[in-house]
Amino acid sequence: MAATLGTGARAEESGQEKQDMQEKETVTPERAEEAKLKAKYPNLGQKPGGSDFLMKRLQKGQKYFDSGDYNMAKAKMKNKQLPSAGPDKNLVTGDHIPTPQDLPQRKSSLVTSKLAG
Amino acid sequence: MLGAGGGNDIQWCFSQVKGAVDDDVAEADIISTVEFNHSGELLATGDKGGRVVIFQQEQENKTQSHSRGEYNVYSTFQSHEPEFDYLKSLEIEEKINKIRWLPQKNAAQFLLSTNDKTIKLWKISERDKRPEGYNLKEEDGRYRDPTTVTTLRVPVFRPMDLMVEASPRRIFANAHTYHINSISINSDYETYLSADDLRINLWHLEITDRSFNIVDIKPANMEELTEVITAAEFHPNSCNTFVYSSSKGTIRLCDMRASALCDRHSKLFEEPEDPSNRSFFSEIISSISDVKFSHSGRYMMTRDYLSVKIWDLNMENRPVETYQVHEYLRSKLCSLYENDCIFDKFECCWNGSDSIVMTGSYNNFFRMFDRNTKRDITLEASRENNKPRTVLKPRKVCASGKRKKDEISVDSLDFNKKILHTAWHPKENIIAVATTNNLYIFQDKMN
Repeated sequence: MAATLGTGARAEESGQEKQDMQEKETVTPERAEEAKLKAKYPNLGQKPGGSDFLMKRLQKGQKYFDSGDYNMAKAKMKNKQLPSAGPDKNLVTGDHIPTPQDLPQRKSSLVTSKLAG
Repeated sequence: MLGAGGGNDIQWCFSQVKGAVDDDVAEADIISTVEFNHSGELLATGDKGGRVVIFQQEQENKTQSHSRGEYNVYSTFQSHEPEFDYLKSLEIEEKINKIRWLPQKNAAQFLLSTNDKTIKLWKISERDKRPEGYNLKEEDGRYRDPTTVTTLRVPVFRPMDLMVEASPRRIFANAHTYHINSISINSDYETYLSADDLRINLWHLEITDRSFNIVDIKPANMEELTEVITAAEFHPNSCNTFVYSSSKGTIRLCDMRASALCDRHSKLFEEPEDPSNRSFFSEIISSISDVKFSHSGRYMMTRDYLSVKIWDLNMENRPVETYQVHEYLRSKLCSLYENDCIFDKFECCWNGSDSIVMTGSYNNFFRMFDRNTKRDITLEASRENNKPRTVLKPRKVCASGKRKKDEISVDSLDFNKKILHTAWHPKENIIAVATTNNLYIFQDKMN
C-alpha cells in the first residue's frame, strides 16, 4: 500500500509496521510511532513541544552556566579524577569541569571554499 | 503522477555542479544558504565556515543557443568569523544563516549576510582599471626620492584584469540575545528586519548603532515559554507589513502602522487541528521552518516537516493549498525523532511566476509542485545524472509493499543527504539546489 501523494489524506497504516495493539482497530501511523517512542523511553516528558525542548534550543552554544556553577563543580570534583573532554562536548556544565584550556580553539577557515575551486 | 514529458511541463536538465567530489565532508563546507539576486545574474551561497561564494552567470553566447549562460565564480570572501562571548560564556558560530541581496542601485552589488548574532552589509564592486604614472611613487608602490623628480606627468587610468572586491560596509551587532534565523529587506529598500527565536528588530541600512524592537514574545517567566519565532519576512510590496512563523505552526501578519511594538498581530493564520489525530509528534512536525511570500504578494507559503502549504492572505483559518512532500515519513517519526532528523529545517521557494513551488527532502531528492496542473515531481541531485542536456529522470519512493523497478524504498533513503536549501531564478527556469556540500544548477531543456 503506497502512501498517497499530493493529497491531505493520512497515509494508510502499513501492515508490516503495525504494533500489536489490542485497544483499537485502526491506529494512525503517528500514534503507532508515538507508542514505539514511549516504549523505548518511558520517562519521556508529557509536554513534547514545551519548555524543555525549547529551552534547549535557546541555549544552543552555551558552554558554561556561570562562574558559580564552575566553582561548585570544581569543588565537587576535587577528590575525583578530572574527566577528559569526552565525545559529548555539547553538554552544558554538569560534572565536566571545563577550563579555558579545554575550549576548542575556534579558528576561522583560512581555506577558500571548495565551491570556488 | 507527473512524468518527464508532455505539454507545458518543464524538462529539467543538469547544468553544473560545484564543490568537492569526495564523500568526506568538512564541517566548514556544509552549505547553509543559497540566494539569487534580483536579476538572477548572481547566485550567492553561504557555508558553515562563514564564507560566502558568489557566482555570476556568463553572458549568453549566441553560438550556444541550446543553453543559458553558466555560473562561474565571481567573488568569494570570509563574511563571519567564529567568536566566543566570554561574558555570557557563549560560543558564536560563524555559520551564515541567511543571505539577502539588495536591489542594484549603482555599479556595485550589496548583500546582507548574517550568522547567529551579527548582520553585515557587504559591498561587492569591480575594479577593471588602475592609475599609473604617479610622480612620487614607483609602479610597485615604493616612494621615489623627491630630489630625483625632474619632470611632471599626469597619471592616467589603464585597463587591468578584472578584480572583484568585497568589503564590509556596515556591521549590525549586539541587538540579538537569541539566535538570528531570518533577515528580510523591506520594499522601501531603506530598512530591514532581523528575527531571532523571541524577538524581531527593525534596522535602517545606514544606521548600525540603533535598531527598533518590533516584536517581543519573550514571556516574563521563561518557564512559561511555549513557542518561538522560526522565520520572518517583509511583504514584497507593502512596506508596513511583515509576517512571522512559529514553532507551533502559526503565522502572524503584523502591520507596523498599528503600533510601534507589533506584539498584537493583525492576522493569525492557523489551520485547525483534529484533536483525535494529536500525538507526541504533532507539535514538532507542525513547526514552520520557512515562510515565503509569493512574488505577487497575494499568497504566502509555509514549510513544515511533512508538507508545504499555500495561504491566501485574505483567509486565516486554513491554507488554500497543501502539498505533501514526503508523507511516507509519517510512519517513521520515531526513528526520525531519535536521529534528530525531525528537527531538520527545510526551506521552500516560488518560481518567478508563482505557478510552481519547490522544496527539498532526503536522499538528495527535491520536489516541485505545479499549482495549476496540480502535478508534482521528485528529482534527485546526484553526480550520476550529470550529463548536460539530458532530461532528469523522475524518482519515486515506495512507502511499503511491493517495490517497483526504479523505485526506492523508504528504508533505503539516506537521511544524511538532506536538501535544505533551494533557490529559483527570478525570471528563468534555472534552479540552484544545495546538497550537504555541493551546489547543483539545473535548467530547463531549451530547444
